[in-house]
Amino acid sequence: MAKSIKVRASNKKGLTTVKALMSHPMKVEKKDKKTGKVTPAHFIQTVTCEHNGKAVLTAEWGAAISANPYLSFKFNGAKVGDSLKISWVDNKGENASVDAKIK
Amino acid sequence: MKKLAAIFTAVVMLTSPFVVNASPQQDLKDFRAFFKNKFPATPMNDFINGVYSIHKASREQWEAFEEFPSYEIYVDKGEALFNDTKFKNGKGFKDCFPKGQQGIKGTYPYFSAKSGKVVTLEGDINKCITSNGSEKWGWKKGKMAYLSAYLAYQTRGQTINVNTPKGEAAVAAYNRGKAHFYAKRGQLNMSCADCHYYYSGNKIRADILSPALGHVSHFPVYRNKWAKKSGDGMGTLHRRYGGCNKQVRARPFKAQSAEYSALEYFHTYMSNGLKWNGPGQRK
Amino acid sequence: MNSKRRTLLKGSLAAGAVGVAVSAGLLAPRTVLAAWPKSAFSAKGVDASLSELYGSGDASSSKSIKLKAPDIAENGAVVPVTVSSSIANAESISIFVAKNPQPLTSSYALGSGTEAYVATRIKMGKTSDVVAVVKAGGKLYSAQKEVKVTIGGCGG
Repeated sequence: MAKSIKVRASNKKGLTTVKALMSHPMKVEKKDKKTGKVTPAHFIQTVTCEHNGKAVLTAEWGAAISANPYLSFKFNGAKVGDSLKISWVDNKGENASVDAKIK
Repeated sequence: MKKLAAIFTAVVMLTSPFVVNASPQQDLKDFRAFFKNKFPATPMNDFINGVYSIHKASREQWEAFEEFPSYEIYVDKGEALFNDTKFKNGKGFKDCFPKGQQGIKGTYPYFSAKSGKVVTLEGDINKCITSNGSEKWGWKKGKMAYLSAYLAYQTRGQTINVNTPKGEAAVAAYNRGKAHFYAKRGQLNMSCADCHYYYSGNKIRADILSPALGHVSHFPVYRNKWAKKSGDGMGTLHRRYGGCNKQVRARPFKAQSAEYSALEYFHTYMSNGLKWNGPGQRK
Repeated sequence: MNSKRRTLLKGSLAAGAVGVAVSAGLLAPRTVLAAWPKSAFSAKGVDASLSELYGSGDASSSKSIKLKAPDIAENGAVVPVTVSSSIANAESISIFVAKNPQPLTSSYALGSGTEAYVATRIKMGKTSDVVAVVKAGGKLYSAQKEVKVTIGGCGG
């Protein structure tokens, strides 16, 4: 599942800008009006971004985040060549994680 | 008023497209001139960005997407498909496309004098699959769209260069596509040209009509609309043709039918000289 | 255990700390589910959701929050939104769509060296105010912008 999170992290003058694109349907719960059948929601709940073991950003998401979600943020204290770890957990307990190099 | 007069003259002059005997080269010249006249502020090659080349607010949203476009997920899938797919007889795509993935898309569509048909990229992808013993892929989405997206990505920046239709059969195919483009159809009695030629740049309810010049350059396309159900918005050109026909309440043709292949032939030739920039992200 | 505690984020989001613990392999995902702010996400109405999230529904309007979103969204299912703020000591940013059935779309706990800046793409059910809230120094600040969501035309 490594490729299910794509990351571009670039460092300029000490500020690292991170852009991530995650592969996930981010489904809202749906109830069929005719049959009453409920399709349960399926979405990423928590995204954790860590640098040197420290969480730089933790995102709590609901199903209202778009499918194949995008996330961008900026943080200080890293340098080119450092590693950034991004992982997510969804409401079904599935998870994914990737280590990206800061360029 | 001056602009209106210029457009009117251009339209009158260009009703000559209905004269089937006009040459493809002349059609191409007239086509480009029409759009250059209609959208004078748009640099010629920017037409490959469709609506975003002619409407600022839409462009800003599109640029927000281009920071990390959703189709990148599917380009990756396409890459894996190209490199790793093994057919029933053990062969792979590299056996059909020995020169590698670079620039493949730029060689399509073309008219094959041998088979008497327009050959499309998707057509050859399935030909590769079936001739090696495996079951063909769907034409409109899924694996076909992902592989096509990867190949389109590898061709980015190259110039669209469909060979000028020569010979009776090729010109006939070209004219079939051209006729489809200008013919009214469906309950709404509209032609492709109504929206994408004469009224391009105008609004249809809340949508802005994209100019046909540069249309095919960014296919296959990731449509946010197609992504609504499952997150997978990737689709091929013929998928869009079918959708468009349905939207004027005309019965769509089958993807990769002779009709749509002819349309693709005409449609792509009309963008000769612009650059391939697929896959694209659209609403 | 102690070293893990020191990596906890500033701010009220216990879920944030749990998030770190998960990736450190300490907690099973099921525990994360418990800590995800469910009541905030299911609250109806921005104020109710804010109360569930931060303990208070009182946010003062601030010009130091820049909320970038299109005037008219091309497609309500994917609306690009960027929130940035110059307010000092920002700990958390949250984004709401006032007229969504459940307004809270997301909440972001910022690490100590992290800028008050976040960009994402959200779903909007219909034309609505998009509200950005920043928690800093124990107070809540907000900015909002109306984004129109239209029915498409022939292409939509």
